[in-house]
Amino acid sequence: MESLGSIILYVIVALSIIVFSILAVTTRRILRAATYLLFVLFATAAVYFMIGYQFLGAMQIAVYAGGILVLFVFAILLTSKPGKQAEQLTAHRRHLGLLAAVAGVAACGFALVTFNRFCGLAMPEATPLDMEKIGTMLLGTGKYQYLLPFEAVSVLLLACIIGGIVVARRDKDNDKK
Amino acid sequence: MFGCGVYGFITRKNMIAILISLELMLNAVDINFAVFNRYLFPGQFEGMIFTIFAIAIAAAETALAIAIIVNIYRVAKNIDIRDLNKMKF
Repeated sequence: MESLGSIILYVIVALSIIVFSILAVTTRRILRAATYLLFVLFATAAVYFMIGYQFLGAMQIAVYAGGILVLFVFAILLTSKPGKQAEQLTAHRRHLGLLAAVAGVAACGFALVTFNRFCGLAMPEATPLDMEKIGTMLLGTGKYQYLLPFEAVSVLLLACIIGGIVVARRDKDNDKK
Repeated sequence: MFGCGVYGFITRKNMIAILISLELMLNAVDINFAVFNRYLFPGQFEGMIFTIFAIAIAAAETALAIAIIVNIYRVAKNIDIRDLNKMKF
């Protein structure tokens, strides 16, 4: 059975995810929203570590917290004036957003409740998950092995790099002016 | 968390805020993949592999979206979606 400490840790992590994600979408300053997003990403990595997927947690920190957040901060600083606050939302928009959010939460909760198998289930015994197994799963060609998606993702990343360069490149005509 | 993402996606005006909300939603789905995999099928790792691919694709998509946003800002000096009602043609 799980110890009391891990339950307390889980509660702390879950609460911080909820609170920071609410703050991230409700704060008026865009840079603060990015900071709250960083906290949410760290808490997500903590969840991965807690359920025993260390590789996933490390990848979450490296890719999201290390890469994407830096991109966000750069883009924010490039495109908006510091200290500028977003203007007040119209009530209509806010109600529409709240309605969609509550509908989504209700649908997820309904699915969880009706799926009886999940209720009251203890955490199964952790199977050791070593890097060798992940590597063979990612690079094997047999059943339940994922070489083809792996290569597809690599091609996608290449296309993304080239596309990013093409999109963000300055036109030569504009340079001359 | 997913609900927060949906709320932000609909209500925000700034494009980068919308992108942040999108990241929140993707993270919620990733957590779901990993946790359900861990609890229901502890012997297999398909959920984890899916999460890995989702993270990689999210990184690619974010980089491209930010490139587009910076380019739009350069043209229009503005990234509020309500004001961007004009394209090139």
